[in-house]
Amino acid sequence: MSTISRDEVARVAGLARIDLTSDELDRLAGELDVIVDAVARVGEVATPDVPATSHPLPMTNVFREDVPEPSLVVDEILAAAPAAEGGRFVVPQILEED
Amino acid sequence: MSATDLTRLTAADLAGRLAAGEVSSVEATQAHLDRIAAVDGAVHAFLHVDAEGALATARDVDARRAAGEDLHALAGVPIAVKDIVVTRGLPTTAGSRILEGWLPPYDATITTRLREAGLPILGKTNMDEFAMGSSTEHSAFGNTHNPWDLDRIPGGSGGGSAAAVAAYEAPLAIGTDTGGSIRQPGAVTGTVGVKPTYGGVSRYGLIALASSLDQAGPVTRTVLDSALLHEVIGGHDPRDSTSIPEPLPALVDAARRGASGDLTGVRVGVVTELGGEGYQAGVRARFEESLELLRGAGAEIVEVSCPHFTYALGAYYLILPSEASSNLAKFDGMRFGLRVEPTDGPATAERVMAATRGAGFGDEVKRRIILGTYALSAGYYDAYYGSAQKVRTLIQRDFAAAFAQADVLVSPTAPTTAFRLGEKLDDPLAMYLNDVATIPANLAGVPGMSVPNGLSDDGLPVGLQILAPAKADDRLYRVGAALETLLEKTWGAPLLSRAPELETA
Amino acid sequence: MSAPTVSLVEYDEAVARFDPVIGIEVHVELGTRTKMFDSAPQTFGAEPNTAVSPVSLGLPGALPVVNGTAVEYAIRIGLALNCQIAERCRFARKNYFYPDVPKNFQTSQYDEPIAFDGYLDVELEDGTVFRVEIERAHMEEDAGKNTHVGGSTGRIHGAEYSLVDYNRAGIPLVEIVTRPITGAGTRAPEVARAYVQALRDIFRTLGVSEARMERGNVRADVNLSLRPTPQSPLGTRTETKNVNSFRSVERAVRYEVSRQAAILAGGGTVVQETRHWHEDTGITTPGRVKSDAEDYRYFPEPDLVPVAPSREWVEAIRASLPELPGDRRRRLTDEWGYSEPEMRDVLNAGALDLIEATVAAGATPAAARKWWMGELARTAKQREVDLADLPVTPAQVGELQGLVDAGRINDKLARQVLEGVLDGEGSPEQVLVARGLEVVSDDGALLAAIDDVLAAQPDVADRIRGGKLQAVGAIVGGVMKATRGQADAGRVRELILSRLGVEG
Repeated sequence: MSTISRDEVARVAGLARIDLTSDELDRLAGELDVIVDAVARVGEVATPDVPATSHPLPMTNVFREDVPEPSLVVDEILAAAPAAEGGRFVVPQILEED
Repeated sequence: MSATDLTRLTAADLAGRLAAGEVSSVEATQAHLDRIAAVDGAVHAFLHVDAEGALATARDVDARRAAGEDLHALAGVPIAVKDIVVTRGLPTTAGSRILEGWLPPYDATITTRLREAGLPILGKTNMDEFAMGSSTEHSAFGNTHNPWDLDRIPGGSGGGSAAAVAAYEAPLAIGTDTGGSIRQPGAVTGTVGVKPTYGGVSRYGLIALASSLDQAGPVTRTVLDSALLHEVIGGHDPRDSTSIPEPLPALVDAARRGASGDLTGVRVGVVTELGGEGYQAGVRARFEESLELLRGAGAEIVEVSCPHFTYALGAYYLILPSEASSNLAKFDGMRFGLRVEPTDGPATAERVMAATRGAGFGDEVKRRIILGTYALSAGYYDAYYGSAQKVRTLIQRDFAAAFAQADVLVSPTAPTTAFRLGEKLDDPLAMYLNDVATIPANLAGVPGMSVPNGLSDDGLPVGLQILAPAKADDRLYRVGAALETLLEKTWGAPLLSRAPELETA
Repeated sequence: MSAPTVSLVEYDEAVARFDPVIGIEVHVELGTRTKMFDSAPQTFGAEPNTAVSPVSLGLPGALPVVNGTAVEYAIRIGLALNCQIAERCRFARKNYFYPDVPKNFQTSQYDEPIAFDGYLDVELEDGTVFRVEIERAHMEEDAGKNTHVGGSTGRIHGAEYSLVDYNRAGIPLVEIVTRPITGAGTRAPEVARAYVQALRDIFRTLGVSEARMERGNVRADVNLSLRPTPQSPLGTRTETKNVNSFRSVERAVRYEVSRQAAILAGGGTVVQETRHWHEDTGITTPGRVKSDAEDYRYFPEPDLVPVAPSREWVEAIRASLPELPGDRRRRLTDEWGYSEPEMRDVLNAGALDLIEATVAAGATPAAARKWWMGELARTAKQREVDLADLPVTPAQVGELQGLVDAGRINDKLARQVLEGVLDGEGSPEQVLVARGLEVVSDDGALLAAIDDVLAAQPDVADRIRGGKLQAVGAIVGGVMKATRGQADAGRVRELILSRLGVEG
């Protein structure tokens, strides 16, 4: 039984901001299915009475003192950027506004 | 002493000779650089070799030693670092095209600690892209070959670090382990690998795969060397919120104590679910023999059951892609790394991001990001990520019950010996099964070690996994060192001495 | 960009036909020294990308660590808004791709806010107190800043590329979300404005933010929906983003009421959407619809551990809270014996702090109010400045009143002294001396003047002797004139009566 359709893979790829070729969509639709079937087993034991564990070791309240450290050096970080101008990162035109 | 001999020393031996002034760090470092030049064409353990930087550190250590400075025990012993660890000014790619040529502007905490201790960094080792894989075949920069058989995989994701150590290109290496990426390569290359307790080694500056599972640790040829390295890189780091705010247990002491070979009173638990069907006959045979040795050393062998371990793989393949899909979102071509413009249509930020990620990520990375995005997307969270987190709880409970009966647990590290390159590439699930024995430790956060325990029927190395309760990493070293001593006594030499000599260029 | 033609219904008509329901989300940037999750300095106006760390740039390998002071500030805000403080809460990742969000997820509290279930009593201009219910206050981080280059308008549409500065990325924010605010009726715009203003005052009083609207320290998103009657279910709402001044909050609500009323009155349906506020034209326009806007794939941030403020810590913070603006107002009204309308006038005039300081300098509350709301308010109005900007300090006003109370000047002289102070002639004492305005308090000098006036008006003197005490006023007037007003009228009266041997 197919759980993830090709269209669903395309929708998810959009969410994940990854261009996929047509071949990749076909292949992933098939491969993801195998994995999804395999993990469906998890549902067998994940009953409502079992609490979730998000951290292997339970810790709370890890805080930092509010004391500044020097900034990274702007020239060094911009040197590693695909494009820069006037101390800023250059990014392509943004079509959507948040 | 010849250069070749220097590369055959353990890190502990080399450190002793450096401290005694018998050899210099420059000599030791150069010997390893020469070895890399000679064999890495065939092994391809390294993505980047920093001869100049390594020698500069070596010269500095030698000068400080000559000046009578008090140096770290491992000062001057060269090391290889997995390319997932951020190194300032040294290319760091995580095996991905998307980071090709990236020069980080900062050091990981591990890197800082290695530099402070004076370990020359030989270079960065190959790995599956973003540590996703069990064979290093998913590197964007070519396969690494197993020094035992160059047609076979060195394990993964840290195949480069394991192969570098197995091929005597470095006495020490850093690995990272999210589901077995230190231990499984250790098993299939006949080397020692340790995944510390989650939070035992800082994750600051490790390019994150799955934040709640990732842990860095030592890759070495001996248990004592791992303990020495673990003590350099481990301990609390305020830059990692999940770092354990306590001192490490005495690991080197535990390794030295274990090397006596006496395990009187130690309870060793055999996990029913981590063995039997699906494990190669030779793997099972070596495991049984090792149990006999442990019993002979005074250990009490008990059988323990961890019934939920059979759900571990499923939980792992939900948690890992979910966290990875978010961790890898930052690779978008805006601030660093690769930027690719779409082949047609307007080059908007949105489309450039998608084109960059489409071109920059390999198949396995795309596969896992898509799965993780799907698992987290609206309506699926509870059934997928949420359920997987519940399985973590069940696995932790299994561990708690097992550790009530045993001081350590043991199992084969991997179900098989190294398979041939390309053999499982088209079967993701078969590939994932490599990690079936190692994954429970990552889900529960407990420490694990793989120790070489012989050769299988095919003449390839096999590893034994030792697991201990969280924060009791010292138990790994005591039992691991004991087993190592007992095995070497029966073999008459380290296992690696039985590896075929590599042709040198 | 040309504004699309939008039909509007007059505001009064709109609120007559529909019941507005508002909801407000206020973001406040906390005034910590470092960012929310890293030690990069928080500096306003620094050169681009010079206040950044691997964390605030979202570089590979970087990990967040929570700023403890930011947590304390968030708890302060929660307590000031009468909220419950969570015993345990977590940060989550809100995943979406945008160039000014360096990790392509925002670390924010999602379903586990640090503070929840509170309220704020907001006082409107006429003294009505309106209770706004707070759903939650949660911690999160700010984004970087895009500058759009090229194109005709500089706005996003038509921009050829953008420049990104990450100095602001990671600055701690607290977002305060109200429950739907119902029952405001026609006063909805005023309630919205008063609420945001009250929050701003609280942030400043708490010392958690400079709360400067013009710097974007405080930003409001205004939700608005209409329904036919207060009994009807809630209508479809719009969310107008980044309304960044008090006046704009009020205007944005008015505009959306008029716009939505026109749609509904025409039989249409309101589209649930994000809208943008245009300060210059006073209108809102629809934002671009994002296909994946609703799928943020939230999950608990695995790089952080839960925040679990101990009850001891929360109580210690509660005990250290300064008096809040509303409480202070109620206390001072009581202590000073002002009427509600008097206090409201004081507040509206911005005289509360001035009067409090004047009282502290020794004046009675009544006298302090008399000066600030009388003579000084008139002067401020004439000079078109705020009261606080007049060149006179509360201490000087206190000193002035002290001179009156000591009998050294009377009210009329005091006004002259004040005039001198406002003209920069020095302190009240200095003006008094320099201008020679002191009351004549030497009885001998006064008696001489009295004798002169009595001698000049013997008939009046006789009438007084004959018991007609109301005639004393004429003699007092003569003496005041002779001393150019610098006599204490009461003392003069006493002396006249004793001179004439009459019982006062």
